[in-house]
Amino acid sequence: MALNIVVCVKNTPTTTNVSVDSCTGKIKSQGLLYAMNPYDEYAVEEAVRLKERVPGSTATALTVGPDSSESVVRDAVSRGCDGGVAVVGPEFDGDNSYAASFALAAAIKKLSAQSPVHLVLFGKNTNDGNSGMVGAETAAWLDWPSIVSVKKIDSIDDKSAVVWRMMEGGVDVLKVALPACLSTVKEINEPRLPSLKGKMAAKKAAIPKWRASDLNLKAEELGALAPALVSKCSAPPSRPAGMKVEGASSAEKAKKLVDILIERKLI
Amino acid sequence: MSQANSGILVVGLVQRGKLASSAYELLTAGRALADTLKEPLVAVVLGAKPADYAKDLIERGADKAFVIEHPSLENFNDELHTKAVAELVEKEKFGKVLIAASVAGKSLAGRLAVRLRAGLAADASEVYQNGTGLKARRMQFSGNIISEVQFASAVQIATVQPMTYPRSERQPGRSGETVAVAFDPGPARIEFVSFQAEETSEVDLGAAERIVSGGRGLGNADGFKIVRDLAHAIGAAIGASRAVVDSGWIPYRHQVGLTGRTVRPKLYVACGISGQIQHLAGMSSSGTIVAINTDPECPMMQLASVAVVGDVNELLPLITAEIKARRGTAAAA
Repeated sequence: MALNIVVCVKNTPTTTNVSVDSCTGKIKSQGLLYAMNPYDEYAVEEAVRLKERVPGSTATALTVGPDSSESVVRDAVSRGCDGGVAVVGPEFDGDNSYAASFALAAAIKKLSAQSPVHLVLFGKNTNDGNSGMVGAETAAWLDWPSIVSVKKIDSIDDKSAVVWRMMEGGVDVLKVALPACLSTVKEINEPRLPSLKGKMAAKKAAIPKWRASDLNLKAEELGALAPALVSKCSAPPSRPAGMKVEGASSAEKAKKLVDILIERKLI
Repeated sequence: MSQANSGILVVGLVQRGKLASSAYELLTAGRALADTLKEPLVAVVLGAKPADYAKDLIERGADKAFVIEHPSLENFNDELHTKAVAELVEKEKFGKVLIAASVAGKSLAGRLAVRLRAGLAADASEVYQNGTGLKARRMQFSGNIISEVQFASAVQIATVQPMTYPRSERQPGRSGETVAVAFDPGPARIEFVSFQAEETSEVDLGAAERIVSGGRGLGNADGFKIVRDLAHAIGAAIGASRAVVDSGWIPYRHQVGLTGRTVRPKLYVACGISGQIQHLAGMSSSGTIVAINTDPECPMMQLASVAVVGDVNELLPLITAEIKARRGTAAAA
């Protein structure tokens, strides 16, 4: 009844304070530092907690990206994953969730052929592309069920899991047959920092690198798998300059603010 | 050459008997596209008993409405809702699909895009026409970058951020055809167990026209009382910064920002929130931003439409009292 868990992670810029190259209309990537997408830390933590909950389980980190992405898999190992795989190549350098999810699905199929995967975990979204689509898309390529916005994995065995989904007006409790893909939200746990033991393990870990050809993916097919493309990036329009409410006392400021809100028909 | 896909489909989810009102916003976005492209604007409602809403959506601008009625669609089921919408799009050959960027809508859109081999723009803040196709604007990198997405696929999907478009008005007497669609869910791998509603007195953040939001400047968890008081006085939803959610002052469902909810109210009152970039990403598209903070230099005060320098703990009760006093005078007059 042990579980084989895969957790998908992405190497993303450590800052969202990026700018656009006015000539190319693309984001300036030069000089940016990369680390694990912060929202993926919750998914990694949950994988490690499930491993602790269900004896004999394994947690495998999986990423897709350019050659440099291997480091994010090591980071996941330092946080408690048993190992991981990096699917790398220049064709994966981009923020096309459609092609990324296709490659993830192909890698999960390959892992499953070695030892059946029960559960794949994802973060809420990435801090670069912000789409939050990859979990549902990967599940769709695999033809597995998926649930997004998961705030709790209640009971679980190798056949099914009962999970809590955070909706706008409340919480859905759902029972999902495994294998399945779950996208987590921050409320699911509080991630621990990498341990010293974990860091040592990460240093020593052998991280297999799979190329597109190892997954029988062809670059031109992946290219064709971009039914939506970012044609142009730009900085957001700046908001009109604001006004300051002045007043000799707090009471005066409060009165003036209420005047403005009424005048603008906001209350 | 096969006939090109045509028609703009707006997806309306009816859960536990209620249509998500974001469908009315999608009708506004869809109507503009339909008029420009000279294509029909079509709605679909899905649920256990969604039929009443078909007429509602026609009165609000849809030319035709499809009804997919099945007990399995009472609560959102990622697989079954996808199957139902996908089969309709395939049969009717719609070219564009607009879905609300809600929890359910986003999951539906992701699975639908793969199944239909369709391009997808997630969390669009604007959708418009590009030749005969669709173009969408969306934010990346916590709102630091606006990207334009264009499509190469026959079917083009966008999830649209709540509150981006106004709700379409009802035009009584407006008529259109309603078509019932047979749906066979097949075996389901996700089983609904139960739903636990939040306190019903709360206004949902995503659909709120006014939000009062609190941060570290409130001092402690008890400080949220004055935020609630103002929110109740003006019928606003209650928001919060990440810092105070992490400190346990208020539950996560109130968190505004990239890690929480993206909101777009007409009025956003930021009380003692300095404005971390992730927070700003979730609310900087709000209509009017009022910031109350002791630090005039903090990012939120710089972003604000109206900035009030001062201690929220002193100012908020005065503002709430002032609003109540004016209401009292207005009622007496």
